[in-house]
Amino acid sequence: MTKQLYERPIIRKLETGMPGKFGMRTEYPPTTQIDGIPVKKITEKYGSPVFILSEDTIRTTFKRAQRAFSTRYPKVQFAWSYKTNYLDAVCRIYHQEGSWAEVVSGFEYDKALHNGVDGKRIIFNGPGKSEEDLKKAIDNDSLIHIDHLDELYLLIGIAGNSSRKPRVAIRVNMDTGIYPQWDRFGFNYENGQAWDAINKIVGSGKLELTGLHTHIGTFILTPNAYAVAATKLADLAAEISNKFNFRIKYIDLGGGFASRNTLKGSYLPGPDVNPTFDDYAEAISSALLNSRLDSSDLPLLILETGRALIDDAGYLAGSVIANKRLSNGKKSLILDLGVNLLFTSFWYDHKITPAQPFSLYREDTVLYGPLCMNIDVVRDNISFPQLNTGDGVVVHSVGAYNMTQWMQFITLRPKIILIDVKGNMHVIRDNETLNTVIGSENLPEHLKTN
Amino acid sequence: MSLIKIQTNIAISDSGFLFNPATGESFSVNPIGLEIIRLMREGKNETEICAAVNETYDADPAIVERDLHDFIHMLRQHQLLDNNGGQNN
Repeated sequence: MTKQLYERPIIRKLETGMPGKFGMRTEYPPTTQIDGIPVKKITEKYGSPVFILSEDTIRTTFKRAQRAFSTRYPKVQFAWSYKTNYLDAVCRIYHQEGSWAEVVSGFEYDKALHNGVDGKRIIFNGPGKSEEDLKKAIDNDSLIHIDHLDELYLLIGIAGNSSRKPRVAIRVNMDTGIYPQWDRFGFNYENGQAWDAINKIVGSGKLELTGLHTHIGTFILTPNAYAVAATKLADLAAEISNKFNFRIKYIDLGGGFASRNTLKGSYLPGPDVNPTFDDYAEAISSALLNSRLDSSDLPLLILETGRALIDDAGYLAGSVIANKRLSNGKKSLILDLGVNLLFTSFWYDHKITPAQPFSLYREDTVLYGPLCMNIDVVRDNISFPQLNTGDGVVVHSVGAYNMTQWMQFITLRPKIILIDVKGNMHVIRDNETLNTVIGSENLPEHLKTN
Repeated sequence: MSLIKIQTNIAISDSGFLFNPATGESFSVNPIGLEIIRLMREGKNETEICAAVNETYDADPAIVERDLHDFIHMLRQHQLLDNNGGQNN
């Protein structure tokens, strides 16, 4: 006689009188494959956990974003935000698609050069540029976005000894009706700091004011905030044209577009409520086209969105280490992937699915990582089916920030795999080994013997 | 292994629905959970229940034992066991 398929016995208390506010399904089908490749095959070949990136999703998402903007505004340029994910393979996909590079440190600047980006197509943002960084950016004719007055004076000083006139923009911060208002970067619009900086730049005669930049925040769920920002920058551009009789070449609205992830505390899932590229594009393009800008000579619109472009292309596949019952009877699972790899689990309730078929019986579960640290909680509450040790799980939409903000902490960082558009797998970053860690350590002579 | 006793007043339906008239609480169990509860009512102990499950289902005996232990823990948590039934002293 053939034996029946085993499933662990479970009992669930039925809660009556507390219907769900929205009555929506919270469960998902299993993620048995990614881009046609079985997840089990990937983890068997490359280990568990492993990051997986889909080149097809990266390119498709980029094209969708580009179409949303270029069908609404005549001159659009994307610049890939290096800090979001600066793996060479990822950056080169975006550069192949036509993206410039947007960097915020000397290290990222050098990485963009290493990826073959023409210096003229590198936007150098950030509050922490060194004199050496600035000199290099001037030599390469990059676009330098000035963050504060000390940087402005430093640039004027460097430009005095340089044969090349640096191309600069100022970063402007402003009230766009959202909270929090980011005012730590750039010059404020409302209190006149931005105008003061513009007057100083033009007055110096040593810098070429080519653009205006803002970056109003992160994971912005209100497209109208971008419309406010675009209108304010357009007003600044029109005033520059009136006062100094020249036109700035571009308006850079930065990034901050939401991906499909669900922010912690959100009532509804991200895919249902977060704005799309079309929503953002409509708000920004309409604001610029209806502004005081001369419609016969509109500036280039630069966008530095990172998260919304790559988040959905990234997966983290892992497996169950153990089942565990907590003191209050709540179920928990210990996974082999923790917050050291999944920094974004502090911000999002990530969509997490089993990597193999499961039955309909589910339990409220806490998902823990493998670290011996109390903070290592990947999901503090998820309705999850019954899984056994060794079963696979897949965390979705992890393409942004995790592969740059991850930490070598307690465990070693795993491989990152790229599935190309033909379905071939490539290791684009190898896993760390003990030597990765101790290789850069030095032991004083007197400690070499025990 | 000790005998596990479900409280006698718990109503159990064929479809895996449990009702505790003392507290008014309702529960649902999956088919294998229901089978285990039936075995408990028949007076089987943990060892016998494990053997019965292993005979019917394709599973690693160690996993069955571990899962049964967890299931009993949950029955106790929901106060469905008789006088600390199954508690190892």
